[in-house]
Amino acid sequence: MKQMKCECGHVNPTGTVLCEECGKPIEGNQHIDGNDRQELLNMRYDGSARRSQTYNRTVVDKIWNFFSSVKVGVWLIVITVIASGIGTIFPQEMYIPSNVDPAIHYRDEFGILGQIYYQLGFHNLFSSWWYMLLLAMIGISIVIASIDRFFPLYKVLKKQKPKRHEAFMKKQRVFGKTENAQIDVERFKSNLKKQRFKVTEQDGHILAEKNRFSRWGPYVNHIGLIIFLIGALLRFVPAFYIDEFVWVREGETTVIPGTDSQYYIENLDFILETYDQNDERFQEAIQNSGGLVPKNFQTDAIIYERSEEALPGAESELQVVKEDSARMNHPIKFGEFALYQSSYQLNEFDEMTFKIHDAGDEDTNYGEFTVDLNDPQTEYQLEGGYRVVIEDYFPEYELSDGVPSSISKYPKNPAFVFNVYPPDASEPETSFLGIGSNIPANENNEYKLGLVNFDVRDVTGLSVKKDHTLGIISLGGAIFMIGVIQGMYWNHRRIWLQPKKDGVWIAGHTNKNWFALRREIEKAVDGTNIEEPVDQYEMKS
Amino acid sequence: MGDLVSISSNLLYASFIIYLIATFFFGGTIRDKQKGRSRVAGKIGIGITIVGFLSQVGYFITRWMASGHAPVSNLFEYTTFFGMMLVFAFIILYFIYRLDFLGLFALPVALLLIAFASMFPTELSPLVPSLKSHWLYIHVTTASLGQGILSVSFVAGLIFLIRQVDQTKRSKHTSWLEFVLYVIVATVAFIILSSTFSALNYEATFEAPVNGQQGEVTYELPALVGPAGGELTTEGVMAPLFSAPGWMEGQDAAKKLNTFLWSIVGGLVLYGLLRLILRKRLAASIQPLLKRVNPELVDEVAYRSVAIGFPVFTLGALIFAMIWAQQAWDRFWGWDPKEVWALITFFFYAAYLHLRLSRGWQGMKSAWLAVGGFGIIMFNLIVVNLVISGLHSYA
Ligand code: HEM
Repeated sequence: MKQMKCECGHVNPTGTVLCEECGKPIEGNQHIDGNDRQELLNMRYDGSARRSQTYNRTVVDKIWNFFSSVKVGVWLIVITVIASGIGTIFPQEMYIPSNVDPAIHYRDEFGILGQIYYQLGFHNLFSSWWYMLLLAMIGISIVIASIDRFFPLYKVLKKQKPKRHEAFMKKQRVFGKTENAQIDVERFKSNLKKQRFKVTEQDGHILAEKNRFSRWGPYVNHIGLIIFLIGALLRFVPAFYIDEFVWVREGETTVIPGTDSQYYIENLDFILETYDQNDERFQEAIQNSGGLVPKNFQTDAIIYERSEEALPGAESELQVVKEDSARMNHPIKFGEFALYQSSYQLNEFDEMTFKIHDAGDEDTNYGEFTVDLNDPQTEYQLEGGYRVVIEDYFPEYELSDGVPSSISKYPKNPAFVFNVYPPDASEPETSFLGIGSNIPANENNEYKLGLVNFDVRDVTGLSVKKDHTLGIISLGGAIFMIGVIQGMYWNHRRIWLQPKKDGVWIAGHTNKNWFALRREIEKAVDGTNIEEPVDQYEMKS
Repeated sequence: MGDLVSISSNLLYASFIIYLIATFFFGGTIRDKQKGRSRVAGKIGIGITIVGFLSQVGYFITRWMASGHAPVSNLFEYTTFFGMMLVFAFIILYFIYRLDFLGLFALPVALLLIAFASMFPTELSPLVPSLKSHWLYIHVTTASLGQGILSVSFVAGLIFLIRQVDQTKRSKHTSWLEFVLYVIVATVAFIILSSTFSALNYEATFEAPVNGQQGEVTYELPALVGPAGGELTTEGVMAPLFSAPGWMEGQDAAKKLNTFLWSIVGGLVLYGLLRLILRKRLAASIQPLLKRVNPELVDEVAYRSVAIGFPVFTLGALIFAMIWAQQAWDRFWGWDPKEVWALITFFFYAAYLHLRLSRGWQGMKSAWLAVGGFGIIMFNLIVVNLVISGLHSYA
């Protein structure tokens, strides 16, 4: 196949199916668009020469043709759909409790199916390499398919001439012949213009066209999709994206992770509000949900920045950046970062005060001491000469298989093993103290420890975000929407009129919405003596 | 407050009745041989539909005033709204194509949705903090409008299939079409059963382990299947025929299974009765009514509603959802089941649009795709909410 000169004089590039200027079917190329098996012409890309349909020799050609096929594109989408569906059968790993081994969790919770699910990697589907690969292949397919079609289509629509070959006219889906000497062409043109068609003429042949821009819709939306995908990929680059998490106790100041120790946060107060249980409107629903429906989570905090001037080694100074509250839908923003309210822990123990008293008499008091649960001392010297040594400390106590242990380092359920040294005694008395339990190691213990007082405080969990991909992603989304609307809410329409010795031929084409096209033609031929064309298409079903 | 709530539910009730009446007028357009009279019937039909729609808008506004937030926050409210959007989409497409028979099928689907919605708890419920944002309302209403428009393509697809599938011999097409109609019948059965037993105040309570702890489960339908390891404590009611498997230990899992079984069985009985009366496939009995329908036009309506609905759905269910999620949870996407199924719906209709580009996918095949798309939308609404519930869980 080489370049072909059409009888109209236009030289078409290799692989052209319909002459770019006059639309004449080019002999030997009709199989490309399947025109040889069909009564009507395949007008999808106006018979332009597409690379994928022209070359198929080298490896590059083969890859190009693979990705530019809509069939392949749809298959990729279908596979992605099915995989995604499977990915929702059981919860993804990020939604199962974080303190369990997923291998065991899936087997125990969901049985044999769960185990298979886990072993096939569906528990982490959406970050698995093959899911990524699917998305990447869809991306490549979109790019190649679009390039393959856009440039030829753009060129052919630009080059098209009003004067069409007869075979082109006859093989349009909407076509009609009128035999009548009294055709009012001027009226036809003005009817078309009234419907906002652009009318061009060549030797009495008329082309009326509108909404060509809608043909670019798919390409615009595909560009949007690609930008979106690029934005999503950039999230793996720390310069663009950071996602950290920090726990801060009330009254405490800590460094904010992910900021290179540049920022610090002080938690002034954590607030949890619930819906009023007596609110008439919601009473029924609140009761159904067990009483407590949270209304607001909030952290009041101060953000500090480490001052730049601080000499190396010297104690750096913290300067207040701002005081603000983080709530749902309302993060604290500073610099490139934002802090979001995302978790909390109520009533964590802060301090506990104990006293020593006679085992038999709670009213006696031989001295008190206060343990800071986040930083307990090993030894406390009491005023009455008593000495208390913390032999063991379990911040979150649990008895597992008969052995006392702690499930975390957070003082949610503190328990102690205390050694009490009375004045002058060298042998201590040992006792175990936890919430709701006070057990002497020896029944003959003379002294007992009792809880006098305690302080609790709340802990807030904030996520730390920096995100420079949002702009790119939003841009992609916006372009996508523009493209889809452009392609869907407008349709490209063309109407051709050819003068004949004893009348005219009329043909019409649209990329979608044939009934609307026929209505427009109906209006266009009104009062012109042109007969309404017929739809030559017959649905096979 | 109480007043507004009752005004609101009366308006909803009224719109239900009005849609029902409109359906009959659209029905009149098909039977009537005289063109003039059927045109009048169609005009009245669409007029009444609009009145019903306005009445439902009234329900929406008054309920919003009563609760202080847009009533799209639980399964009842959401499904009702979806029905309303379906009617709205039908009205739009009616004015583009002026097809009366579209109303004859679209309105019953909307009626079913609204009736189905009323089977779920209808009391006003408060919003948890993460749900409190204008973007929530914008997201949910736009997504629902998109789904409503996409559903019209299901309605048109169904009309196409009933009109075009060859009923003279049994085929895959006839069987699947009967299955689709059976599902609709089973939905009707579910509505009839639920409302009958709730009118009778039927209750059967079980003591059963719930998530590992002893708890209580109350059935509103007689128990065909009891909770695993459960013990019936109500006296004088039917004992369950068998127990749910042990792994169904979630809150109400067995109860949902029971309701599901009732719907299947009820649907079978109802469908069987219809077959006995009609002595034909259901689709074969409806087919003659659609003789005058132009299949190409129906095919175009189906396609057009996807073309109109797809951008709206994308905007509402993905883009606005992402904006909301970004604000509420500081991540615009979290792969929770609800999100994934919105994405699946998006992909599905994208595939539909691409397939329509190739020859041979118009007509029958794309009508089946439209039915499948609606299946996905309903799956997202019902199964994902009730079974695979994620963060959004409306139930
Ligand atoms: C999920 C990803 C995709 C989305 C959301 C998407 C969206 C769209 C939309 C909305 C249209 C317009 C359809 C119409 O006007 O009827 C379109 C057209 C098209 N898409 Fe995609 N697309 C995606 C992926 C792909 C892929 C993977 C391919 C690769 C083969 C592809 C190839 C095409 C082609 C060839 C057209 C027709 C262009 C034309 O008519 O000028 N798309 N796409």
